[in-house]
Formats: sequence, structure tokens, C-alpha cells
Amino acid sequence: MVVGIVGYGTYIPKMRIKVEEIANVWGKDAARVSEGLGIKEKAVGAIDEDSATIAVEAARRAVKSAKISAKDINAIFVGSESKPYAVKPTATIVGAAINSSPHFTAADFEFACKAGTAAIQSCMGMASSNMIKYGLAIGADTAQGRPNDALEFSAGSGGAAFIIGKENLIAEIEGTYSFTTDTPDFWRRQHANYPKHGGRFTAEPAYFKHVMAGAKGMMERMGTSAKDYDYFVPHQPNGKFPVRVAKMLGFEHSKIVPGLITPFIGNTYSGSSIIGLSSVLDVAKPGERVLVVSYGSGAGSDAFSIKITKEISEKGRRQEVAVFDQIKEKHYVNYAVYAKHRRKLKED
Amino acid sequence: MKNAIPLIWRRIPERYALMGTVCENCKTEYFPKRMFCAKCRRKGRVVEKQMPDEGKIFSFSEVHVAPTGHESEAPYFLAIIELKNGVRLMSQIVDSEKEKIKFGSPVKMMFRKITEDDHDGTIAYGYKFKVV
Ligand SMILES: [Zn+2]
Repeated sequence: MVVGIVGYGTYIPKMRIKVEEIANVWGKDAARVSEGLGIKEKAVGAIDEDSATIAVEAARRAVKSAKISAKDINAIFVGSESKPYAVKPTATIVGAAINSSPHFTAADFEFACKAGTAAIQSCMGMASSNMIKYGLAIGADTAQGRPNDALEFSAGSGGAAFIIGKENLIAEIEGTYSFTTDTPDFWRRQHANYPKHGGRFTAEPAYFKHVMAGAKGMMERMGTSAKDYDYFVPHQPNGKFPVRVAKMLGFEHSKIVPGLITPFIGNTYSGSSIIGLSSVLDVAKPGERVLVVSYGSGAGSDAFSIKITKEISEKGRRQEVAVFDQIKEKHYVNYAVYAKHRRKLKED
Repeated sequence: MKNAIPLIWRRIPERYALMGTVCENCKTEYFPKRMFCAKCRRKGRVVEKQMPDEGKIFSFSEVHVAPTGHESEAPYFLAIIELKNGVRLMSQIVDSEKEKIKFGSPVKMMFRKITEDDHDGTIAYGYKFKVV
């Protein structure tokens, strides 16, 4: 059963804060923090932006690249860990904003940084079984870190949206595989403003174990190996982990560069690996293959083996403004302006 | 100021998707929507129509003292936007450098938060515009 990506779109807020600026505020060695994380700066949503506005902007771009009517979308799933409402689905706001018909099923998904890829999998299943014509899967976050916590240096804002269906594919999803365990590496209790994490515990037993298992499990099932893929896009909690995991899996460094975006916009949580995938779709050529592996704390990974079709070369099938062009469109703010926009001054 | 939920709800198609109306008889477009054509009167046939999401700045001013509920947003720019079909509406300008905000500057619709009730109330979303 052929199923895949019909259209895609990303949205990255324009505001940026340099990791060095945050480090200076807390009296830390700025260069060392930035170098240690492999992050130069992060994207920050403005005071009037949240994960719903980001989801809508990404969705509008995805509908455009799919060249479909929003009325043919029968499922909308939004993955986020920074929902504007605890109860009231963001997916309903997206549906109204893209002017879809009310004839669609909707839900918000939650699985730390991999909720967006879980949404893609659900749409794949529904499209394959003809329950829907097209599904809209989105991952969007305005990730927050407690002031002066390690997460504050990396948590960014952004999102990506995908139209999933069976016709006019720009990329075929050849297969998907997931790996899930109960691992308490990162969590946020109900009513807490900021998440907590297990410090060093977040690396080996969490990120590396699950991304490795996801990638290996996928390639085993596909009968492929690292050399069969032109691009590798893992989840990117910082600029260092993806580089290391690529090396461990035998991917040349050049294969992760087109989809490595965290050094420039921070970790956009649910948006992270799928903004990376969008960035690959901005440049990939027909016949090329992509291995994507998301990671969500808690913990699990979703892997996708993707093959680009010749349709991608047709006019208007890539998103209008490429990810790396969105990265270039920015304006820097200092910590005070950043705190005002992200409402840190009121909290705690 | 508390958001009036029924009012916000009624205005969702207008604020989210620039939904207005057009008279099929004389082609006049209305935004916000009107179900009665002022030109054709009883001969008018008015149906819903989405307005174009692009236009230009017709006039603008910088707001330094914002109304209650918007204090933390100031300073910001308010503008009258003329959409590509000639319809005019008022909107906040976002994500645009001061030097680029001029008469005639091309703008594009963005989706943003408009107002928010305290910590536990509803959020009103809708259009704002950005210079492109
Ligand atoms: Zn008329």
C-alpha cells in the first residue's frame, strides 16, 4: 500500500536569542555553554505566538505545497507539549484557520518531542485503510525551560506540518517502526510551568538507546543499511547528540547536515526532527532516500524510511520559503525582551 | 477586559480565515461579512467568500500607550490594510522592521493571538499582518 507525504510546511518564529546572551545573564562561560551544546541561538515565539499559531502557519504552507483543498482533509492531529489550552484541542483551531470543512476527525497528541511523528503514523494508517482522503499531521511547540536550567539554553519555538495521503506524493513513506519503553528521563507534572529532567540520565539510556533502536529496527525491517540513505534526520535535543548518533550508526556527517537545524533555532521539541525532514524535502532529488528517527522522552522513537518521488521537482510542490531561508529571516532580542515575550517575568 | 465568548465564537470565520461575503449580482465584496447588498438591495444574491490574504498598507500609526490587556505589546503598529480586492480592514502589524512599515508596503496575513482572558480564560486568535 503506497502512502506518503503530499505536502509539507514549516514555521519558525522570527525572534532569536543567542545562547551566549542567556549564559551571560546567569554568569556562565558563554562560549563554553554554546560550544558544549552545539547551539548558537534559538528561535523564540513572540508574545502573541503559541503552539496553535505556529501549527496554523505550518499547516497553511503544507496545504499550499500539497495543492489540495483543505475541504479534503478528513483528519487533523497536532502533537505538542506546550498546548495553549490543557483542555480544548489545538486541532480544532487549526481546522477553522485553514478553512477546512467540519467533516474531519481531530485530536491532540502528546509524547514529549515525538508527538508530531506519532500524528504522521496515525494519518498513514487512516489513509492506507481509506478511512480518510488526506490527513494533516503537525508537530509544534513553544518549548520552555526554567530560567538558568540547562533546558533554557536549548528550548526553542517552531513547527512543521504534513499532508499525508495516497495520491500525488512528493515522498513515499516506505515503512515506519517504533520503539517504546517506560523511561523517566524528562517529565512535567500537571500544573507545573516547566519540565524536569534526569540530568545525565537523558543521554545513554534515553536518547541514544531509543534513536539507535529505532534506526536499527527500521533498517532491519527494510533490509537496508546506512549506505542506502542519502539523508539521516534524527531528533535534535542539541547540536551534539545527532552528530554522535549518526556516527554510531555509520552515516557520513554530510548526510545529516541538510536536516540539522537545532544549532540555529534550538530544540523545537515536537517540531525538531520534522523541521529537519522539511529541510531535507526543500533540497532532496527524486529517488533519494531519507531515514528519519524522532525521539520523545518517556520514552520512545518513531523511525520512517522515506523515498523522494519525481513529483517533488514539479512547480510549487516544495514549500515556498525553505527552512534555511526561514532560519536566515531573524531579529535578535536581549534577555529582557525574550523574558517579556515568553512571560518568564510573571511565572514562579 | 473579559472576552465575550459568543462574540468571539461568531467572529471565528472572519478572524481566522478572512471570511467575508460577495454579492453575486454586482460582485461587491463585504468584510466583515454582510448578508444584504447595499447596492442591489432585494435583487442582491449574497454568498460567503474568503478575502485575499495579501494587500498593502493604506495608513498606519505607532501605538505607545496600549489599551488594557495589550500593555505588554506596546509599542506596536496599527494599520489600515487594503486587501488585493480593495477591501480595507484594521490590523496590528507584526514581525516587521520599523523602516519597512510605509504607505503602500506589501503585507501578508499571519495567524496570531489577539486577546487573552487572564490565566484561565479563553484565547481569541485571528489575523495580523506582516510586511513582506
Ligand atoms: Zn449587489
